[in-house]
Amino acid sequence: MKPLLFIFLLMMSGGIYAVDTHQLTDPKQQESYETLTKELRCLVCQNQTIADSNAELAADLRRQVYEMLQQGKSREEIVQFMTDRYGDFVLYKPPFRGKTSLLWIAPVVFLLMGLITVFFFIRRKKAAANLHSEAGALEMDVEKQKKIRSLLEKGDPS
Amino acid sequence: MLKFIIPLVLFIIMAAFLALGLNLKPNEIPSPFINKPAPAFSAPKLDAPEEKLSPADLKGQVWLFNVWASWCVSCRAEHPILNQLAKQNAVVIVGLNYKDDPNDAKNWLETLGNPYDVSIMDQDGRIGIDYGVYGVPETFVIDKKGLIRYKHTGPVSDDDVQKIFLPLIAKLQAEP
Repeated sequence: MKPLLFIFLLMMSGGIYAVDTHQLTDPKQQESYETLTKELRCLVCQNQTIADSNAELAADLRRQVYEMLQQGKSREEIVQFMTDRYGDFVLYKPPFRGKTSLLWIAPVVFLLMGLITVFFFIRRKKAAANLHSEAGALEMDVEKQKKIRSLLEKGDPS
Repeated sequence: MLKFIIPLVLFIIMAAFLALGLNLKPNEIPSPFINKPAPAFSAPKLDAPEEKLSPADLKGQVWLFNVWASWCVSCRAEHPILNQLAKQNAVVIVGLNYKDDPNDAKNWLETLGNPYDVSIMDQDGRIGIDYGVYGVPETFVIDKKGLIRYKHTGPVSDDDVQKIFLPLIAKLQAEP
């Protein structure tokens, strides 16, 4: 029971964010702030968003997002500001371009490859199963025939 | 026969991807600044905070823009290389003292030597953001027109100086 509880607690501890979250008075801006900081990558600790990370750079970038929202900048303007400086890598969701096309297409290709494999696998199994059952039917026939023959040889009891 | 060839081909493809993956450097993010103008700033000088420096002041010169801080461990490794480069007088070296305490920074230069023609202060990291700085030390090479021509992330090694920086600087010095 104890290890289970421990694992449960570990799972629950995922939602901890950096503490210096800025508060915007306009709830709409606050929402933009929250989504933006979850979409921008912290470039120091590369697999964290700037909302998650406690690195100094992440704090600076949060401040930057906060200030730009306060100045009434739009989401697009802020994203543009960040990609101008850090490249597409700063976005957790990279835009579809020649360079990133493989990134977007690869999962679909792999899924298709998997589906095709599964399809052929099932078809082969089915064919094998059919063959098996046909063979079974034949065997039954042999058994039945034997029975019939023995009955015939013994003659009708009635 | 096919039974052996398919797994073999799959294995070779996987091995090729893994080999590529081993040679990638995820820490080196391609800079979007190459061949773009160096972002403007007007920042106080470290040794004379009342004086300010901006990239416009350096037009017509090839300069290195080196981001450093006294708290940065790899900057310490890089420092002797910069000192040596400074002795050659091949290029103007400007330091961006990034998110540092000015007194710590001055102490650092006094004890380890000062390769910079001038250092400017960026205490709240805003110039750093404008230059897309994410891992100190970083070094930019800026040409006479004020365009960023090269960016190096991480400490510059002697090898980098000989093979990349000096040839590039010579090339840029020759440009009008």
